[in-house]
Amino acid sequence: MEPTVSFFSGFAPKDLLFLGEAALRTMWISVLSISIGTVLGVVFGWILYEGKWAAALTVAPILDVFRSVPLIIQLVLFYNFAPIVGLNLDPFASGVVILTIYTASLVANVARGGIEAVQPSMRRAARSLGMSYWQDLRHVVLPIGGRAVFPAWVGVALGVMKDSALVSVLGYVELLKASQILITRTQEPFLILTLAGAFYFALSYPISRYAASLERKWAQ
Amino acid sequence: MFDYNFHWRPVMKSLPDLLEAALLTLQVAVLAMIFGIIIGLCLALIRLNMRGPLRWLASTWVELARNTPALFQLFFFGFGLGAFGLHLSPYMIVLAGLTFNCAGYLAENFRGGFQAVPDTQIRASRSLGMTAWQAYTRIVIPQVFRIVYHPITNQMVWAVLMSSLGMLVGFRELSGETQFFASRTFRIFEYFAVTAVIYYVIVKLILGASRLLATRLFRY
Repeated sequence: MEPTVSFFSGFAPKDLLFLGEAALRTMWISVLSISIGTVLGVVFGWILYEGKWAAALTVAPILDVFRSVPLIIQLVLFYNFAPIVGLNLDPFASGVVILTIYTASLVANVARGGIEAVQPSMRRAARSLGMSYWQDLRHVVLPIGGRAVFPAWVGVALGVMKDSALVSVLGYVELLKASQILITRTQEPFLILTLAGAFYFALSYPISRYAASLERKWAQ
Repeated sequence: MFDYNFHWRPVMKSLPDLLEAALLTLQVAVLAMIFGIIIGLCLALIRLNMRGPLRWLASTWVELARNTPALFQLFFFGFGLGAFGLHLSPYMIVLAGLTFNCAGYLAENFRGGFQAVPDTQIRASRSLGMTAWQAYTRIVIPQVFRIVYHPITNQMVWAVLMSSLGMLVGFRELSGETQFFASRTFRIFEYFAVTAVIYYVIVKLILGASRLLATRLFRY
């Protein structure tokens, strides 16, 4: 009797490990892009606020492009553009670069909103107490403005975490790509997609609830 | 540095096809928004006024749509439903996924809009002799519409950008069509650059039209 050959095999416990590793990669690329992107975004936000019309003519339209073109197109474009100028980036590096710029373009608006949320009279008071410009930014604008836009920033960060799934288009095996690979092998799409979705949900839901409750608390 | 010859001719030759695909992108996005607004309105009203299983269902819908990646939602309508023998066409996958996502996000916006109109206004209009229906359509809805107008515009832009995920489920809208031509000619960078420009123009047109409409709608 000839043994039957099957290309498919059921979902095994070791596949959970595979998914877990992929989930860690999702976390890693998100954390990296969000943290660098936030720092860049705050700087851009400050430039947008202080630069007045000069920034409105230069920085603002450039940042706007990253919000007006689908992320997936940006990723493919950058991944294929890098070799043209002699950069050899792997999918992970390309993904981090684009996700970082994307985060920065979103955070820039949030940060500018934060600076605008601080009343000018408060800042003038700080300056007249003898604070320098940077002291005023550090000790007055950052705590007050940061608090005003913290929930919005959490929204941006969670959005980028979810959008990091798109880096799979470059071949980076993050959570969704890993589940796609497993689905092809095991033919059990429902189980695997539920697991992947549950991971994203378990990460995003508590944080967004926490941000919403903070917003309510601070609004009082 | 530039060791690469740009070939724009094949892109220009297939530009009519790309523009036709752009119309398909717009069509899916507009349909998803229409369904999304209707369903989102229902979800918001259910979450505000009802108790029991229906409210639980609406809350689950909203939280799932907001806390998982859009790509995951598309995969779910693609492969996930396939597990139950329900095979949707790529067009239906994208439409269903976008509608699910838009409805969830819009429901939250609508809920905020309804909560922003004080109850006392309804009571005042009722005591002036209006029926409940009149109070809703003449007092509450116009105010809510004003509040959610900009979020709806933003969501429309997001719907256009999100439809690019159709590329990953085999839907030949603007991105899918671009990938099809790019993989046939290997002019990946050129094709995606042109597509990025088309997306940018579409987004700007939507925002411009929305601004124009707003000045006519909200004159008072």
